[in-house]
Amino acid sequence: MNTLTLWFHKIGSPPTFYRLAGRFTPWLFALAALTGLVGLYGGLVLAPADYQQSDAYRIIFIHVPSAWMSLFIYFVMAVNAFIALVWRIKLSETLAMCCAPIGAAFTAITLATGSIWGKPMWGTWWTWDARLTSELVLLFLYVGVIGLYHAIEDRRQAARAASFLALVGIVNVPIVHFSVKWWNTLHQGSTVRLLGPSAIDASMLWPLLLMALATKLWFLGSLFARARASLLELEAGKDWAREEALRTGAAP
Amino acid sequence: MTPTRKRRLVAISMILFAVGVATTLTVFALQQNMTYLYTPSEILAGKVPADARFRIGGMVKDKSIERGHSLTVAFVVTDGDGDMRVEYEGILPDLFREKQSVIATGSMQGDRFVATEVLAKHDENYIPRDVAEAMGKAHQKHNVPEDAAKPSTY
Repeated sequence: MNTLTLWFHKIGSPPTFYRLAGRFTPWLFALAALTGLVGLYGGLVLAPADYQQSDAYRIIFIHVPSAWMSLFIYFVMAVNAFIALVWRIKLSETLAMCCAPIGAAFTAITLATGSIWGKPMWGTWWTWDARLTSELVLLFLYVGVIGLYHAIEDRRQAARAASFLALVGIVNVPIVHFSVKWWNTLHQGSTVRLLGPSAIDASMLWPLLLMALATKLWFLGSLFARARASLLELEAGKDWAREEALRTGAAP
Repeated sequence: MTPTRKRRLVAISMILFAVGVATTLTVFALQQNMTYLYTPSEILAGKVPADARFRIGGMVKDKSIERGHSLTVAFVVTDGDGDMRVEYEGILPDLFREKQSVIATGSMQGDRFVATEVLAKHDENYIPRDVAEAMGKAHQKHNVPEDAAKPSTY
């Protein structure tokens, strides 16, 4: 075994991950709070009003980062699900399952904020266009993964079954992203583009990107915290879990 | 890699590939059948079955908005090639104005479209107010048509 696989195996072992993640989690949350506060201040106070929507556009600073996260988290979940299915690594199963509730929350926020913005701007809370519908399907996929995971008694079997659903559902991610290009939708096209200039002024763009960073950091912190709790539960009978419980003063 | 893992890798990859192909085919099929809206020129060309409820999409033609008594309003939706008169009674969205993209749901009654719902489509451009005003002035000075700066939405 070469050094890389060895390192991978070490990180992938629950006790090592538990300790490493424990060291990172507070920092991730602190950084997320800092960038989030600066981003929100920049977006809600410093950024100028839009020429058409005036102040109502400011919901973009919540809506768009959440929407990006809803897709990003699904991708992370699917990659972990793939590893869990092929290599049966316990950590990947845990990570995939811990992604689902966070992703579902971001998807729900996306749908709610979009609806709140849609009522005054478009004139309707909801319409069955391709973007809105595929995002709703994404929420159902997340909820399905969570439901399937909790429906099966054996934790590891449950994780594998739910991983399979998560992996198959990945086909919806490009559909959500490209729906505004492939079909005539009420939802507008992408404002921020990786390639080419964005259709948003620089004074409005920087808080948006900062919010995107903040949500990513918060996701990582949240994922680590959830995975730690989950690993402790999964490995409750093992020596390292007992030691950890004794060390922190919790009942063994 | 152990034989079991290799077998699993192949099986999972095959399933992913199959699901991917199935979805791609569905998307292509839907692209031809799933029309969220028709443009005025498509309606004039007879692509919409009579008496059908459908959506019409396009720009509100400049200086075409006529307000009747209370909430009654009539305007012309254009896609550049064809015009369609739309009648509506109800509250219009904030973004509704001349030269704005709109989507109206309703049906044809004779040669006019009677809408039961009018939605405004927002474009992907976000511009600060003072920048927009400066751009507008510069365009007027150089006689640039107003739509030239924006990418067409339809």
